[in-house]
Order: sequence, then C-alpha cells, then structure tokens
Amino acid sequence: MPAITLTINNDLISARQGQTLLEVAREHGIEIPTLCHLDGLEAMGGCRLCLVELQGSSRPVPSCVTRAAEGMVVTTHSDKLVEYRKMLVELLLAERTHTCSICVQNNNCELQTLAAKLGIDHVRFDYLNQQLPMDASRERFALDHNRCVLCLRCVRVCDAVEGAHTWDVRGRGSTSRIVADLDRPWGTSTSCTDCGKCVQLCPTGALFKKGATVGEMRKERSFLNRILERRRLAAQGGTP
Amino acid sequence: MNRVELAELAEAVTAQQQSCRMRLLVCCGTPCVAAGSQAVVAALRERLAALGHPADLELVGTGCQGPCSRGPLLTVLRPGQPEQVWQKCTPELAVSILEAELQQSAFPDTNLLPADWPFFRCQTRLVLANSGRIDPENLEQYIARGGYDGLAQVLHEMIPDQVCDSVVQSGLRGRGGGGYPTGLKWQLVRKSSGSRKFIVANGDEGDPGAYMDRSLMESDPHRILEGMAIAGYAIGAEQGYIYVRGEYPVAAQRLRKAIRDAERAGLLGSRVLDSSFSFRIDIRIGAGAFVCGEETALLASIMGRRGQPRIRPPYPAEAGLWGCPTLINNVETFGNIPAIFSIGPQAFNAIGNGKSRGTKVFALCGEVVNNGLIEVPMGIPLREIVFEIGGGLANGAAFKAAQTGGPSGGCIPAEKLDTPVDYENLQALGSIMGSGGLIVMGEQSCMVDVARFFMEFCLDESCGKCVPCRTGTVEIYRLLSRICNGSASQRDLQTLEQLCQMVKDTSLCGLGAAAPNPVLSTLRWFRAEYETHVNERRCPAGVCSMDELPLHLLGEQLLQRIAALRCDGEGY
Repeated sequence: MPAITLTINNDLISARQGQTLLEVAREHGIEIPTLCHLDGLEAMGGCRLCLVELQGSSRPVPSCVTRAAEGMVVTTHSDKLVEYRKMLVELLLAERTHTCSICVQNNNCELQTLAAKLGIDHVRFDYLNQQLPMDASRERFALDHNRCVLCLRCVRVCDAVEGAHTWDVRGRGSTSRIVADLDRPWGTSTSCTDCGKCVQLCPTGALFKKGATVGEMRKERSFLNRILERRRLAAQGGTP
Repeated sequence: MNRVELAELAEAVTAQQQSCRMRLLVCCGTPCVAAGSQAVVAALRERLAALGHPADLELVGTGCQGPCSRGPLLTVLRPGQPEQVWQKCTPELAVSILEAELQQSAFPDTNLLPADWPFFRCQTRLVLANSGRIDPENLEQYIARGGYDGLAQVLHEMIPDQVCDSVVQSGLRGRGGGGYPTGLKWQLVRKSSGSRKFIVANGDEGDPGAYMDRSLMESDPHRILEGMAIAGYAIGAEQGYIYVRGEYPVAAQRLRKAIRDAERAGLLGSRVLDSSFSFRIDIRIGAGAFVCGEETALLASIMGRRGQPRIRPPYPAEAGLWGCPTLINNVETFGNIPAIFSIGPQAFNAIGNGKSRGTKVFALCGEVVNNGLIEVPMGIPLREIVFEIGGGLANGAAFKAAQTGGPSGGCIPAEKLDTPVDYENLQALGSIMGSGGLIVMGEQSCMVDVARFFMEFCLDESCGKCVPCRTGTVEIYRLLSRICNGSASQRDLQTLEQLCQMVKDTSLCGLGAAAPNPVLSTLRWFRAEYETHVNERRCPAGVCSMDELPLHLLGEQLLQRIAALRCDGEGY
C-alpha cells in the first residue's frame, strides 16, 4: 500500500493509503473521542464527536469516514472542537434520562467515561425528561430506551455481522427509537437469534443482560474482532 | 414519431389554434381550483355544448397562470388582439365574456386586470413559458409551443459532450438551493465510469410557503421529461426517476400521464425520435419526509431504504443509485434545460447578474397584495419583487422582512431591500436563494416567533441520525420558546448563539447545517428585538404572550410574597 504523509496537530505523520483519519490518529496515539464508531462496523458518522478541522474545509469533517490524503493538514483538538464535543455530549445527556446511579452500566459506560474525560460537570441545556418505555420481554436481555444514544451499533452489528437485521429505527428526529422486527416487543421477535452481540456492543446500559444489578454489567467486545478475523482468514482461503 | 413528424404536428396544432376566433384559458392550478375554477370551466363547457361546440371557440383548462391570490383566473386570447386577463372570475362573468364575443359587443370590464399590470410586466418567463398557456395533460399543446424540439435538436445535431458544453455555457446553476453549476455536474457524471447511469429529478419540495416545483410539475410536466431526456442523452443514462413529494398527488398523476403519452408518441422509451437513444422515466412517491429533499436521503428513499442522508463523499455523481453514477437535479433545473436549447445558451447566459444566470421562479407569499408564482431574471432587486410584482404590503403595512429559502434560509431586513436577488448576494446577507420560497412580512410579525416557527419545523423534520440536528434543534427551540414566553435570561441568549453555531458547524447534512440559519439571520438583523424580549420582557410586535417569569424573578416574587405574608401577621 502506498504511504502518504500528512500533518496532524503540527506533526508530520505517515499513513497508508485508504486509512481514515481516525485510524491514523489512533495509530499515533492521538486520542479522538468517538461514540457511534466501533472498529469492525461500517462507519456511520452520526455522533459527530470525532470531528476534526481540515485545512481548506469550511466545516469540521468526521475523522471516522474521511480518508487520509497526501498533504492534509489536520487539527484534532482546538478550543472550538473541544467545546463542540462538550456540547454534543451535553446534548446527549439532556436528551434521554441518563441516571448513572441506577444504571447497570455505571462505571463501565462509554457515555459516562466520555463526559468525565471532557470534564463535563453540568449540562447547560434543558433536560428533556422523556418518559420512555422499557422492553424487558426478551428472556435473557432487555432494552431501556431511556439510556439509548441512537449510535446504531446494535442495528449495524445485527445486520452486518449476525445477518439477522432484527434491529432498525422507527420515527425520526428526537422521536427516533430502536425497534425490533418492524416495531414489536423484542420478546416476540422471530428474527432475533439471542446472540447478544447488540448487547455487548451497546456503549451505554440501553441494551443489557437481565440479572445484572447496578454497576455489575461488564461488556465483552472482543468477539467482534474474533469473528471478523476468522471471516477474513476464511475469505483468504485459510482455515478458520 | 420522428423529427419531421414532430415539426409537422407542431405546425398543425399552431394553425388550428390560430384559426380560433377566441381561446378561453381558465387557470386550473391548485389555488384556482380551490377558489372555484372548476365551476367556471363547467359553465363555459355547458355554454359551448349548447352552441354545438363551435370549432373556432376553444376552452382550455391550464396550469398555474401566476397571481394565485386573485383566482380563478381567465385569460382570453384572440388573434390580432392583446390578451386580457380577468381575476376572481365567476361562472356568470365567464359566460358573459363568451356571450359578448358571440354578439360582437364590448367585454365586461369587471375584474379585468390592467393591460400593463406590473405583476406580468416585470416577469421573464422561461421555465414557466407554458404554465397557464397549455393544458398540462395535452401533449400536442406542449409540442405546439416548441416542446420536444430541444430534444430533437440535441439527438440529431449534437454529441453528448456538446450538450454538456451548452449547459456549461448557459451558466445554469442548481435551482434546488445549492447553486452548484449544472453543466459541471453533468460533465462529472458523464466522466464517471459505471455500468449504468441514472437521472433523478428532485420534486420533493418541502419548504413552508414554497410551491414552485409543484406548480411546474402540475402545469407543464412534459418540460421536465424533456429536460431529463436531454440530460440522459448528455450523460449516457437510460433510466430516470422523478421523486415526487407524497403530498402532491395531482403532480404525480399528471407526470404519469405525461410519461405514458410521451412513450406512445415515441418521445420517450426505446429509440426516442427514431434515434438510437432510449430513455425511460419512472415515478417514485415520497412518504412525507422533508429530509428526503437532501440528495443522499432521496437516493436512499428511491432504493427503498430509510430516508436518511449519508456522508459525502462519495457524491452521487460517483456513487448514487445502487452504487452507479447518478445525476440528481431539481425539477426546476430540468425545466430550464428545454429553455436553454430553445433560446440558445448564449441568450440564456445574457439574462441574470454576476455568477447567477437565467431566471428564478419564486413562490411569493405572506403579507403581500399579489400572492402567486413568479419568474424573474436573476439579480432583480428585492424591492421590485415586493413592491412592483407583489404590489406592496396588504393593508398598507410597513415592510419588515422577507424570508427566503424556507427553514434553511434567513430574513432580509428593510434596509437591504435593494439587494439584487441572486445566489451570492443573498448568501452575503446570511440567507440563501433556496428553492424559491419568498415570504414577505410586515410590522405585525415578531422575528423571534418567526425563528421559532422554522425551528419547530426543523426539529420535526430532522431524521435523527446525527446528534446536533436531532437534539440541538430541540434545545434551540426550547431556548426560543423561553425568549417568547418571557422567561429567558441574557445567559440563554448566549447559549442560543453558541448552540446555533455548533449545530451549523457539526451537522451531518444540509438540513441540520442550515437549520440555525433563520435564528442566526434574525439575530444578525433584528438583535434589538431579541434584547427587548429578554431585558424588558416585551414583544415589540405584540405577538409573543410573555406569560411566564424568568427564574430570578420567580425567586423575587416568592420573597415578596413571603415578606407580605409576614407583615400581615399571617403565614407560617
């Protein structure tokens, strides 16, 4: 693969053709916060936390989908970007009811970690205080809409990795909701294979294993790399 | 049909029309139908039937004639005579006009519009040349006005590269609002490699107060088909789609009929006009989402997926429908194409101002005397549109602002009335040309309330994919509501500005990125009004209710009440 050189935060950095800015930055130890992005899933560019400034572009660009190119000049952390990221996380916290103290994911939550890393100690926006339902109709797992950040990792992993496409989105704007099988209770879903991939990838406590009490839920994500690695090997003709 | 037959048909229909001693054109555009034009048509038809359908009297139900607030409209054409237009035409009035012609007496002048009425005089009609002149469901009448001649010319005299070059020369830019040079886009798609290519016409018009695309599709559907076929030849596509908003059933039905008629006549389908070029067009109906006007969301919707935008690049010119290079233009852009080939690219380029060439159709509405559909040359001063064509404000109110570009645009204040209306000048004022909605507002409008109205629209229409648009618009709306009900503080105003800037900079697609524009532009030109709301808890226009107290005043009020209770010796 041809190598290219670009500038990130005033440092000259070399990258391989086809890599995204996020991959290049992470390879060089530059931490760019993300929420909807997960290695192995198709990038969506929805959370906007990975926005970086690109010289010559009037607006910030999402690093998770922008391919590195020769001579790019990128800034990953400016006052404006940091402020925008804070506002975005604050918007997420205000949108649904994220009460950490009663959440299974407390202390292991990506949203909580992000907020802490960005130094968010209060939310400047109105809490929307939506009273959303919970779907506990599935035997092993449950879905709490109040904790969902609509990152759509569950939708993407169910479609692309498990191949079931149980999850999809209903409604639009702030009334968007994750739904199983054309909006029926998850427990009555006929396509769901109970594989639990969506639960493991969920960044917050929206999808969780039943029986976990507050603070107990640990998520195991390495399965995704294992599956994809095996697929890659199989595709190359090696033994999986 | 081949080119010779096309010319012969045009000649025959024109000759027949010129042999009529009188042609009665009744506007059957949606606003005129709502005002009762069907009754006018029925009365005239009945009278003509009683006369035994004389061949020299012709009744035509046309598409939109323009001044919609004055409907039903009746235009009378007589050979060698200036045309006459009656407004608010009743069935009795229409019949009396017909009788007057039969008896060779003078026409009644009730409701007759003056011959040099500025509404018509100040317009340049290229795209709307046939609107209100032909029966939209009649292919022959379109052909009589030079229809499909451009397509014949292109197919028989030009190679595809020349077609693209002609469009480049014309200086036409996208009429959907973006303003991207149309010729360049055509060349890009032409150069993209792909096994198949597609043409898509965007008819998913959704801005509040805008109905240019609907009128064009309803009044002159063949013009759009011809424009698309020319584009298909230019870029090498054999399939086109028209994406029509679900709320426009009449437009969809007329387009369907137009496609069928054109296919039967050999003007679409396989071997168009006996050439080796084949082109089919299908209709796709939207399901009521504003965001599907965004090109990537529209393409997703055509493919049967959830109508959500995706990140560009790749642009549709490289990877659009099913990954194939796709040319997507607004229906009005396609409507300009036949005009370019009928008057020539140079003549088209001669109209306009700066980098904006040609004409633009606007839906003029709001507190203006003459509401309606107008087509003006680019660069016309806004003042001329509002005060000449529009006839000034209703009830003699003072002009306050003009809103252009719908929820993605902004408000233009009175002191900028002399600005030439074109892409660059409107952008410099913090507004946009947009698809052509133009809402005129008088003193009775509160600009904070206007901004809130558009924000409510945006929060409802956000698709929910990206965070700033999904939640940011809700929070902006809440802040504006607080300003409108009197409970906002200076701090809220600051937060509002920060949030608007953030949503503008970080949203995924054009909808979110443009959503704060109405707020930012009213803040820019009418900041004093916001300040009055916040500092004095007063709405200068008298629109906002101001029925809630800000937090710090709530506290004070509570303290006063407690103090009062103590003095009275009550309480505790």
